[in-house]
Amino acid sequence: MDFELAVFLEVLPALAAGAVVTAQLALGAALLGLVFGLLGGLARVSGNRLLRGTSLGYVLIVRGLPLLVILLFLYYGLPSIGVLLSAPTVAVLALSITNGAYVTEIVRAGIESIDRGQMRAARSLGMSYPLAMRRIILPQAFRRVLPPLTNEAITLVKNTALVSVIAISDLLRAGVDAMTWKANTFSPFAGVGLLYLVLTIPLLVLNRTLERRYRIR
Amino acid sequence: MSTTPPMLRIRNLHKHYGSNPILRGIDLDVARGEVVVVIGPSGSGKSTLLSCINFLEPFDTGEVRIDGEPIGWCGGGEGSRVRQSERDLDRLRASVGIVFQQFNLFPHMTVLANLIEAPTQVLRIPETQARARALALLEKVGLSGKAGAYPGELSGGQQQRVAIARCLAMQPKLMLFDEVTSALDPELVGEVLAVMRRLRDEGLTMIVVTHEMGFARDVADRVVFMDGGVIVEQGPPAQLFHRPNARRTREFLGKFANTDERATTLASAPPTGDPPGPLPPSNLVSP
Repeated sequence: MDFELAVFLEVLPALAAGAVVTAQLALGAALLGLVFGLLGGLARVSGNRLLRGTSLGYVLIVRGLPLLVILLFLYYGLPSIGVLLSAPTVAVLALSITNGAYVTEIVRAGIESIDRGQMRAARSLGMSYPLAMRRIILPQAFRRVLPPLTNEAITLVKNTALVSVIAISDLLRAGVDAMTWKANTFSPFAGVGLLYLVLTIPLLVLNRTLERRYRIR
Repeated sequence: MSTTPPMLRIRNLHKHYGSNPILRGIDLDVARGEVVVVIGPSGSGKSTLLSCINFLEPFDTGEVRIDGEPIGWCGGGEGSRVRQSERDLDRLRASVGIVFQQFNLFPHMTVLANLIEAPTQVLRIPETQARARALALLEKVGLSGKAGAYPGELSGGQQQRVAIARCLAMQPKLMLFDEVTSALDPELVGEVLAVMRRLRDEGLTMIVVTHEMGFARDVADRVVFMDGGVIVEQGPPAQLFHRPNARRTREFLGKFANTDERATTLASAPPTGDPPGPLPPSNLVSP
């Protein structure tokens, strides 16, 4: 073991800068992924065949491909047809498309888990389908899918490590750089691991707080 | 007032699930302020009939008019008809209340929020006004203290009374009750029926699907007996329970012999001069 406290402390600022990049990517991709997932989930339970088919296709294709492949395709493949995206754009896009596919299935399952009587009751009171979804079904479904959504958020944070292959100075990249620069392996990676935990553990706490706050009595 | 349409008019209503016919030609008129109780064995199409009235279940053919206005399909004859716009459907549904066997209260909202949700969101009534009306309705159903409670904190009987109040908050022209006491513990049935009696006394037009024969006898202006997707027989409770015409009606009422003493004597009383077989549906005109 070659852990040295001095090295550890010395590389920490660089690692923290990488962690900020990772956090930004994760936050951007999580928000965008939530939008994709919500739209995808609503489309999956829609009465419209085209919407159902499209969203199912999205889920099947994206869930069936490694994130690394999507990332490299967007970064190296798209330029060959004239679409040139910056590395951070590609990173957020790839992460959110992937995250959105998983969230789509979570949202679908959440909506379908709500008793059909809820929609019947809402519609019988004259509420339109979108209104009933927004006011009655989704709030209940959201409470139910908080735990799986948290899992997805954590997976997302960890998946950001893959973006280091397209030249983004994220947390992992910062660790690898520090390792080379300091000729020390253990100390930088101890910091990298620690900072990933700093990013992921608050999500678990957030989940507990939200679950408690929105529990159905 | 012979020119005013009946509150509800159903003509030749048919409904299939797959190849399974559920409703096979229902004709029914319900007058303003009338209470019609629908009885019949399970699977006879009673609940489906209610769901077709507000088009929660689209029917196949036939016509339903609420206060003179057709619901569901519009346009020309069969074949050229189109589904009514969702906006029109929503507006018509808002004027028909339905209370379900399983209450279907919104569990993430307080009792008060359940009551003001549709009035504020659908009818766009100001919240203070909706709130005042909701509180008055809660008092009416005997739950003044429960405005801030969540549905999960209430007994079944209380939940069902909230569900009734939630419908009333929309000031419906017509209320449908779909076996509203069937999911309740026996000791909680009475409180719900008491509320329904009170609504009848206030002149609300009601269609009640129930297995509570005692209630049917006391409260109904007219009792409709359904079996196999058709109305077998209908008439005032005294007639239907005392002198049912059709054999199927007698057989059905006879099944309540053990649970309802009065029904026993009524249903098993030897009918005089009856034909042996079931009669064709007798389409009695509403009183």
